[in-house]
Amino acid sequence: MSDSKSDIRNFIVETFLFGQAKDLTDETSFLEQGIIDSTGVLELVAHLEKTYGIKVKDEELIPDNLDSINAIAGFLAKKQA
Amino acid sequence: MGQTVSTPSRHAPLVRDFLEQSADRLPEKTALVCDGKRLTYREVDRMADQVAQALISLGVKRGDRVAILLQNSVETVSGIFGIVKAGAVFVVINPTTKRDKLIYILANCRATALLVDGRTDLTGLAGETDLLVPSLRGCILCGATPTMPTGGTVRCLSFQTILEQFPATRPARENIDLDLACLIYTSGTTGDPKGVMSDHSNVVFATSSIIEYLGNTESDVIINVLPLSFDYGLYQLLMTFKFGGTLVLERSFAYPAVILKRIEQERVTGFPGVPTLYALLLPMDLSAFDLSSLRYLTNTAAALPVSHIEALRKKFPRVTMFSMYGLTETKRTLYLPPAELDRRPGSVGVPIPGTEAWLEDEAGQKLGPGESGELVVRGRHVMRGYWEAPDLTAKRYRPDRVTGDRLCYTNDLFRTDEQGFFYFVGRKDDIIKSRGEKVAPKEVESTIYGIASVREVAVIGIADPVLGQAIKAFVVTSDSSLTEKAVLAHCRAHLEDYMVPKLVEFCAELPKTPTGKIKKTDLT
Repeated sequence: MSDSKSDIRNFIVETFLFGQAKDLTDETSFLEQGIIDSTGVLELVAHLEKTYGIKVKDEELIPDNLDSINAIAGFLAKKQA
Repeated sequence: MGQTVSTPSRHAPLVRDFLEQSADRLPEKTALVCDGKRLTYREVDRMADQVAQALISLGVKRGDRVAILLQNSVETVSGIFGIVKAGAVFVVINPTTKRDKLIYILANCRATALLVDGRTDLTGLAGETDLLVPSLRGCILCGATPTMPTGGTVRCLSFQTILEQFPATRPARENIDLDLACLIYTSGTTGDPKGVMSDHSNVVFATSSIIEYLGNTESDVIINVLPLSFDYGLYQLLMTFKFGGTLVLERSFAYPAVILKRIEQERVTGFPGVPTLYALLLPMDLSAFDLSSLRYLTNTAAALPVSHIEALRKKFPRVTMFSMYGLTETKRTLYLPPAELDRRPGSVGVPIPGTEAWLEDEAGQKLGPGESGELVVRGRHVMRGYWEAPDLTAKRYRPDRVTGDRLCYTNDLFRTDEQGFFYFVGRKDDIIKSRGEKVAPKEVESTIYGIASVREVAVIGIADPVLGQAIKAFVVTSDSSLTEKAVLAHCRAHLEDYMVPKLVEFCAELPKTPTGKIKKTDLT
């Protein structure tokens, strides 16, 4: 799980923060901090599907699954179980 | 404005009436569903009264400007109505606005007070360093545990303190309907944002006209995912409170499944969208959601491709679709009566009820069917002009040669058919519409010129299925190690999210006209 966390962190930092990781913790809410918007969520999902070979369903597009590094790691663990 | 010498004996309607009349008529009805809370009209009205009393205690007077820099929230809603109850003018600023531009806007409108998230860095605005906006007298800090600045002359109150300590007493009615209700800052071709002035009569008229053609009633439940800094989002709040419906206020459309679930739970009847949102909805499987409560969808900000309109109608067969067009300078301008959608899917319709519009050529001659010209608008929704920008105002708002009426010259080119329906042709300037919001290439270009090694830059919009237009920057640099990422990081630090380019291309030089100006038409 820690591997996926560091991969997700890298992806978020590179794609949405343009390399500036400042205050990003594993718990930071992407929505509340304005890190990701609607098109950003689609980019994130495309990355997860490609990297982890999973398929994210429309109804799984919810903050509980995707709104922080921890949430994504938990979601991935569930999908890959 | 000074003191009121005489109080008008008959009140012309004001924006505060939207809330107060609904609160008097329907006190226990749910007005607002937001942040996991459900508030009745009485509760929202009381909160707004408390905010108004707090603003008055901070020194806010009739006609003063009060800014709001917050996400869509209960505080934003009670703030907007608290400000008009205090007789002041509200200025809702996009919450992703960066510091330099925030300070520009606050200084430009000489804001007296600011409602802001308690976690925002207020250096230079409040506390010992409160010198950047000399007009500022007070700040209201929202959110759970705001850090209260100390020292300085700007008084700070927490929103929580206001709810605990200020009386819910309706302030006296000082305004007349020619007083300003709000400034809406929008991008201009010059690059600096400018504040469109709406007086109370403009807002009252525009909301009534839109409510009329949408056929809104008290039983409507409207969901709004657009920022309240965007006039399309703001008017969902104003209209819903005016007709006594329920507003479901969300922060964004980032998670469409959450919004669809909310539509199902709250039995939403009206969904206002922009092309970007519809592009996200179209590929989704909606069968998991019960969307049977939906009565209508609206689209504005940019035209929906006809193929998307057709796909949406297949997806929502029992829902009425309204195609609309407008600009902040007149609020809404045109709407297509839904019965016409099959016959003229590419049209954005006719002038909204109680207004008129026509096309003129460069010489000011009115044009007939089939000819393309600039859209000119007449009606009481034509706003008052740009805040303290007489030259810009004179270009956009011109008097009718005979009656002296204030007309709006929209800068948008249209054509009409034989029956008088309008079709959008293009813009006269190079403003980009991305995610439904206006972006001035000049503002993005000025930001990129802030990178020391950048010699030349040109910013254009390119067609994008999701964004409407995507922003693309062409950059000439003397530093070959400058990366796309570095350019984007710089933009992200200085511009609102929706203004950050999607693409950056480095070039050896930019195409020029014979007079040496950058020729954007050669860029793709």
